[in-house]
Amino acid sequence: MVAAATPPGINPGDTAWMLIATALVLMMTPALGLFYAGLVRAKNVLNTFMMSIGALGVVAVTWAVVGYSIAFGGHGPLIGGFKNAFLSGVGFGPRAGTAIPHLLFFAFEATFCIITAALISGAVVERMRYGTFLIFMVVWSIVVYAVLAHWVWGGGWLAQHGTLDFAGGVPVEMASGFSALAAALAVGPRKDYGRQALLPHNAVYVLLGAGLLWFGWFGFNGGSGYTIGNPGVLAFTNTLLAPACTLVVWFLLDLRRGGHVTAVGAATAIVVGCVGITPACGYISPIWAMVLGGLAALPSYAIVVWRTRTRVDETLDVLAAHGLAGLTGILFIGFAAQKSWNGVSDGLLYGNLHQLGWQAMAALVVPAYAFGATFGLLKLMGLFLPLRVSERVESLGLDTQQHGEEAYASAEGAILVTTESLGAEQEARLPVAVPVQP
Amino acid sequence: MKLVIGITRPEKANDVLESLFRAEVRGLSISRVQGHGGELERVETYRGTTVKMELSEKARFEIAVSDEFVEPTIEALCEGARTGEVGDGKIFVVPLDQVVRIRTGETDHGAVTPVHA
Repeated sequence: MVAAATPPGINPGDTAWMLIATALVLMMTPALGLFYAGLVRAKNVLNTFMMSIGALGVVAVTWAVVGYSIAFGGHGPLIGGFKNAFLSGVGFGPRAGTAIPHLLFFAFEATFCIITAALISGAVVERMRYGTFLIFMVVWSIVVYAVLAHWVWGGGWLAQHGTLDFAGGVPVEMASGFSALAAALAVGPRKDYGRQALLPHNAVYVLLGAGLLWFGWFGFNGGSGYTIGNPGVLAFTNTLLAPACTLVVWFLLDLRRGGHVTAVGAATAIVVGCVGITPACGYISPIWAMVLGGLAALPSYAIVVWRTRTRVDETLDVLAAHGLAGLTGILFIGFAAQKSWNGVSDGLLYGNLHQLGWQAMAALVVPAYAFGATFGLLKLMGLFLPLRVSERVESLGLDTQQHGEEAYASAEGAILVTTESLGAEQEARLPVAVPVQP
Repeated sequence: MKLVIGITRPEKANDVLESLFRAEVRGLSISRVQGHGGELERVETYRGTTVKMELSEKARFEIAVSDEFVEPTIEALCEGARTGEVGDGKIFVVPLDQVVRIRTGETDHGAVTPVHA
């Protein structure tokens, strides 16, 4: 028997785990699509789901072409570089700072960029034009995601000053949340917003989507240490504990406010908890993770309740669930980071004020950059492309109008169009027998 | 007494409800139906299968009213449901023999007059 050759510097255990973690994170994008699809009206389910599926295509391609290189291809303070464009130089050898192949590191990071772009769709569902949204995701993944990922992970200025972000509080959660707010303002509210009750059409999808997101998040957080060693194990376990605490606190808040524990609330709480622990999962003790989980519920819950009373139709509350929970997690590191657990740095509670300072810097600058860049980008795109569908299409629903499909087609009264019958178009018109079940 | 049946676009159902309430017509039933009234078919494609959807989704309002409410009801239906395009729907007005309110046993005029609880 010949042992499989492992290139020097590669750890087989780490590599095996990261292969699985990458697949787990990729699954989170369709899970997000399901979560969002349940929250919209039945006539817009496919369009909403397809915004996430679209990211799997266009954002992955963009990442391979240039996004990865801007984020990880160099050590400039603001952007990486172009040396890894078109996967140039990305091979089987180890990625610096890890014991996994560079190619696998690329794939793992790609799945993060994909879901982050898809997250923003939550702000603009039920009225944004599909093609325009795809183009937006392509540009956004370069000018916002890749840039922010470089700042904190690729050797940019935040990383150089010691800002800690284990799994994506900066480029994923704060970036998507504050970009979502900008997108909602730039695209404008749905025409019926504030006039009619616009309700989730299937809370079961929402719960299942949230459950699958949590499952995938074990790869998202657990994989962000790039190792099966202590950081990976700590992040993995904290991803179990923190959202559980968020759920319990959310139940109590729901109960106090409306007298019921709600399903859509529970699904939201799972996401908020996972987001809150994301930046901090590899840096704080399990007990502090539980505290963070409970704490993260409060600002997000307050914004969810407050936002619906405004004219801001940030439809699926990406700002509350991701932007704010991510910000809470980033700041919490500054207080509760513990060198005895993470081997990197202490927070304020363990005598290191410097750490809190640089966490706060990230919590100020990143939301401002994400909001400003996204708002500018959409306003600029709006000069050349229609951002929204017409009011008529909005009424009829985007599924039939933008995709020519229905999620819940009954097929009653559907007449097959084949190449032969195209000639007999006239005969196929009503009134002829409509195929109806006897 | 008449039974007013209004077939409208589902996306206009909320507007119809608003204008009915404005006309103080408060007792009604609504259901989702499928029908065909001469509008253009929609073409949908599922992988290789292309189909023409000959039936479109409609909302069906059923409103039992006393005689003096027939015209206001029709006006409200038209006002709420009209877009000017083919497919806005139809209104049928049919005579009613008898109406009974189950809770009280009231009949006819009393039974079609909503209770202001």
